[in-house]
Amino acid sequence: MDDIKEIQNLEVANEGKQYIVVRLGKEQYGIDIKYVDNIVKNQRITRIPSAQSYFKGVINLRGEIIPVMSLRLKFGLEPDEYTNATRIIIIKLDGQSAIGIMVDEVREVVTLDEDSIEKTNSTNSSDVGIQYLSGIGKHDGGLITLLNMPAVIIEKENV
Amino acid sequence: MDVSQYLEIFIDETKEHLQTLSDQLMILEQEPENEDTINEIFRAAHSLKGMAGTMGFKRMQRLTHDMENVFQEIRSGNMKVQPELVDVLFRGLDALEAYLAEIMETANEGTEENEEIINTLNAIAEKATGKSSGKTEEKVPEQKEKKADADEAKYKEIHISDYEKGTFDKAKKQNQNIFGITVYLQDTCILKAARAFLVFKALEDLGEVMKAVPNVQDIEDEKFDMDFSIIFFTQESLEKVKSTIESVSEIKKAVVGPYDIILDESAEAVKEESSVSDKKAETAENSQAEGAASKQPAKKAAPKQASQKTSKPAVGRTVRVDIEKLDVLMNLVSELIIAKNGLVSMSSANESRNDSGFNEQIEYLESVTTNLHESVMKVRMVPIESVVNRFPRMIRDLNKKLGKKMELHMTGEETELDRTVIDEIGDPLQHLLRNAADHGLESNEERVALGKDEVGHIYLDAYQDGNNVNIEVRDDGGGINVEKVKNKAIEKGTITPEQAEVMTDKEIIDLLFQPSFSTAEKITDVSGRGVGLDVVKTKIEGLGGNIECRSVLGEGSSFIIRLPLTLAIIQALMVELGKEKYAIPLGSIQTIEDIPFSDVKHVQTKEVINLRGSVIPLIHLDQLLGVEPGDFEPESLTVVIVKKGDRQAGLVVDNLIGQQEIVIKSIGDYIHCSKLIGGATILGDGEIALILEVNTLV
Repeated sequence: MDDIKEIQNLEVANEGKQYIVVRLGKEQYGIDIKYVDNIVKNQRITRIPSAQSYFKGVINLRGEIIPVMSLRLKFGLEPDEYTNATRIIIIKLDGQSAIGIMVDEVREVVTLDEDSIEKTNSTNSSDVGIQYLSGIGKHDGGLITLLNMPAVIIEKENV
Repeated sequence: MDVSQYLEIFIDETKEHLQTLSDQLMILEQEPENEDTINEIFRAAHSLKGMAGTMGFKRMQRLTHDMENVFQEIRSGNMKVQPELVDVLFRGLDALEAYLAEIMETANEGTEENEEIINTLNAIAEKATGKSSGKTEEKVPEQKEKKADADEAKYKEIHISDYEKGTFDKAKKQNQNIFGITVYLQDTCILKAARAFLVFKALEDLGEVMKAVPNVQDIEDEKFDMDFSIIFFTQESLEKVKSTIESVSEIKKAVVGPYDIILDESAEAVKEESSVSDKKAETAENSQAEGAASKQPAKKAAPKQASQKTSKPAVGRTVRVDIEKLDVLMNLVSELIIAKNGLVSMSSANESRNDSGFNEQIEYLESVTTNLHESVMKVRMVPIESVVNRFPRMIRDLNKKLGKKMELHMTGEETELDRTVIDEIGDPLQHLLRNAADHGLESNEERVALGKDEVGHIYLDAYQDGNNVNIEVRDDGGGINVEKVKNKAIEKGTITPEQAEVMTDKEIIDLLFQPSFSTAEKITDVSGRGVGLDVVKTKIEGLGGNIECRSVLGEGSSFIIRLPLTLAIIQALMVELGKEKYAIPLGSIQTIEDIPFSDVKHVQTKEVINLRGSVIPLIHLDQLLGVEPGDFEPESLTVVIVKKGDRQAGLVVDNLIGQQEIVIKSIGDYIHCSKLIGGATILGDGEIALILEVNTLV
């Protein structure tokens, strides 16, 4: 077991982190794979009255009730259009219950090493949205906005 | 010896003994001459000392030892119970509880010596008896030694019935040794049955246990004193048997010798007579065993037997189960109910599958799951006694601290609640009682001046009311001064003077549950810095309950806590609003009415209906919940009348679906939805329905 772990660690060290690339509108976003528990197709969502506007409601995932958040609404984009490609990514943070985030499409899994990630500095930016970002990744000539999942999911008191 | 595996048992039993001590000390304070009480305390202290000693908790052992000594003196009539003594004993009890708390946290008793309590105890004992307490300490073991010498080879008294004799002859033919063995356990042994079991196990490796007195069942149930006797067939030597037994820990000694048959005519007669009924035979054997026990010096046997009776009340046999295991079981039952609901909805949706056999089985399954659920719920139920039994002591302490004379009257301690609720309800209740004692009751002088009984009374009543359990904390003090609350609220800016004008007394009293609101003029450590009732309220609402306050100026106030009986699975009425489904807990539904539009009246811009003499406000759920309206125009309103306490409201719904058993699931912390939604449930077809929180609606 320990050997396997070591090998995995080595791989991570050599090859950087793996990200799931998702599409929202025309933009690409990357989600650190360690947070991802599951990816499910869009399914029947039960609306919750007077919840925060960016929560679509709750879904029944094999007997568990899981809240679903719309990334589009959270980021202030156009409301979601449901297509065949729409997916709900089930995210699990340490010590937190699961939460689903709705995206337009799941594209691929990419591995980004340190060099191809440009860190963003959230302190000297006036942009509100920037707090949700952890960096910009370069891959195949395209740019991937890497999401800071804990910041996206965990509600700040004043919001 | 490694005792860590017994730690849990030790903690549980210590708790029981400490509770006994606390209860009995309360009685002792009232009746200093009560011999039963004194004996009870002595026994509890003695057991605690033994257990603490076995577990290696030396400090705890020392303290209980000194407490025991004092009671030894009282028992022998050398001293009398004085109020100072009771105070010291209570402090000793607190110290013991502190030890226990430390042990529960760290498996270690800590380093607090409580020198002062021990010294005070000894000083009182010495003053009263005029001699050092050291002497009494020696006296106890001395007596015991003497008694033990008397008749050690008890196996000689074992009687053999005729049919048992056959096995003896057989053993003799096989050239086996027949030994009589009497095993003595150490006085401090806490797990007697376990030790006895180890002895039996060891012996079975060497030969065959022919007979045991008391019988094996009784030994397993710990129905024996510190010794038991066995008749044993073996090829091994006497020394080998003896050393094998003595190698088991906590065995004081084993007396082994050759055994000569004593035929027991009378026992045989009894057995023959009762051969039809096994029960009778058992009682006969029991009485035989008791007969053997009573041959011991009576002095020793009597208190020991009595102490066993008190520590293990004669209720049914019980098993201690980890609450987590019950939670797992409960979850499985929930899953089963969801699966069952799935089947039910399939069978009703699929009309073609109309054979009666299938439906019959479904109905059968339904009744089984309902019963299963009830049984599991019952397993989780605990009498609230385990929470409230510490309150008399608390009130006693407040009595002294506040200098007010007061009494606590409790009823309904046997009322049962879910274990998780029990664990949480202690603090809120304690808070309410402290409030009642500190703010509720007037001082003794004031009471006399008002013509009331000098002693203040606080009542704690628990009772079941339908699907709820109500707990009422009541006092006969001054009641809540509504004007005072009103002024305070205006002063604090909670309400404006204009608002105050139109508020009813009830609404003003409800202000007390707002955060940061305490009307006590001075802050005491007994109650309140203003972080009081709102915390109580939050906690109780967290448990799915609610709290209400009623007060009459000059006559007292009462706080009524309503808690749901079950937390996880409830019966609910499923209703439809537009295309959405909602569940309304059946417990809060009074009736369902069909109301023609013409019956809806308007009072102060609010819609109300007049239902059999009472005016009930209407709540349009679809507007409240922002549901998209359905296409059809109904001819009349379907109204579900719900109640909370004595308040009623009519919920207007589009459609009724029917009654269903639902499993309550949380929707998590992420969504900050309004308090209207109490949770969610999964329906048979996998769809999610939200559960309406009637208490916040009304």
